[in-house]
Amino acid sequence: MIVGEQKPIEEISKMIAEYKTVLVMGCNTCIAVCHAGGEKEVGILASALRIKNKVEGREQNIEEASMERQCEREFVDELADKIKEADCVLSLACGVGPQTIVEFYPDTIVLPGINTTFYGMPKEQGFFVEFCGGCGNCVLDMTAGICPIVRCSKSMLNGPCGGSQEGRCEVNKDIDCGWQLIHDRLKAQGKLDFMDEILPPKDWSPARHGGPRKMVREDLKIDEKPEDEIEGITKEGEK
Amino acid sequence: MTEAQEKNIPDVSSDFEPKIVAFCCHYCSYAAADLAGSMRLDYPTNIKILKIPCTGKVDVLYLLRAFEDGADGVIVAGCEEGTCHFINGNIKAKKKVKYTKKILDDIGLGGDRLEMYNLSAAMGQKFADLAKEMTERIKKLGPSPVNSGA
Ligand code: SF4
Ligand code: SF4
Repeated sequence: MIVGEQKPIEEISKMIAEYKTVLVMGCNTCIAVCHAGGEKEVGILASALRIKNKVEGREQNIEEASMERQCEREFVDELADKIKEADCVLSLACGVGPQTIVEFYPDTIVLPGINTTFYGMPKEQGFFVEFCGGCGNCVLDMTAGICPIVRCSKSMLNGPCGGSQEGRCEVNKDIDCGWQLIHDRLKAQGKLDFMDEILPPKDWSPARHGGPRKMVREDLKIDEKPEDEIEGITKEGEK
Repeated sequence: MTEAQEKNIPDVSSDFEPKIVAFCCHYCSYAAADLAGSMRLDYPTNIKILKIPCTGKVDVLYLLRAFEDGADGVIVAGCEEGTCHFINGNIKAKKKVKYTKKILDDIGLGGDRLEMYNLSAAMGQKFADLAKEMTERIKKLGPSPVNSGA
């Protein structure tokens, strides 16, 4: 899931100061699971902002709404009226949510209430860890199912480095050395010879380094429209 | 100084009677409040009690809503640590109260307007004492600016 955390209230408050009607809009998927931007967090933030406004004598309408997934137009459209009525939307979704609204509601001011941080999992209630960097070319098969890209501080493909000490990373003693984890797991699986294999330099073009990514699945498409005729503000050739 | 800031000045006039909402656990503080009554103990009538099955049910949102709706102070009263009927509901409440205090500080209302107490069903006197203590504290802090600013 995508993990994120709410921006400080002070920062949010400054961001929305000039708008009369603010729609705080949550997303009930990933960002709700990490307790940052689901329906409940929308309620808490909206309530806090309303109290802050009263304390400071500011007049502003703070409205609330949430949807199943802010990253899909079908769900966003269900709240079309509210979006259009608001002077700005304060999105509590990951960064995809606000941009989905921008894409289909170009006249709407959309502001981020969340700092989107990583792809990870809740290791236990209230504790989230980063597990994948979305590199576009997964190597987990070579690394005992442990990602060297995000679980090694230096994203080394052939680790460990000389800074690995007693299972900890030299960058910070609180970080498990990813390569120690890989080594231990390979050993347990009787596959330590994988450690001798030198992984070639990674092709980073399928990752962010190749520019904004997209994926087309012809088998799923219903419309045969060329890309630049698909509705939305982003058109091929304009990027 | 802006008008809003002026409104923030605590009203220390003696006729200010704070509205205090107390989220009381069914197994302890609610019974303690009842006992305080049976014992004919004197305590301020400013406290409005809301019975909940366990303080673990208290949520950040409930606490904020109470303030938004005009409470000058809020109390969460649960069982003594280690004696929760649902194992650790009061510990969960303690964390939520701490988190909410931070929000209250951030939005300028002040975390002091919220407090958690732990007591048993037999502590009628303690209930009366905490009611007095919180009423005094809120009187000193003055009316919630949510009310005066509205
Ligand atoms: S190798 Fe790439 S795709 Fe695989 S887990 Fe790591 S970052 Fe994610
Ligand atoms: S100590 Fe381990 S995790 Fe840290 S940079 Fe070196 S190999 Fe990577």
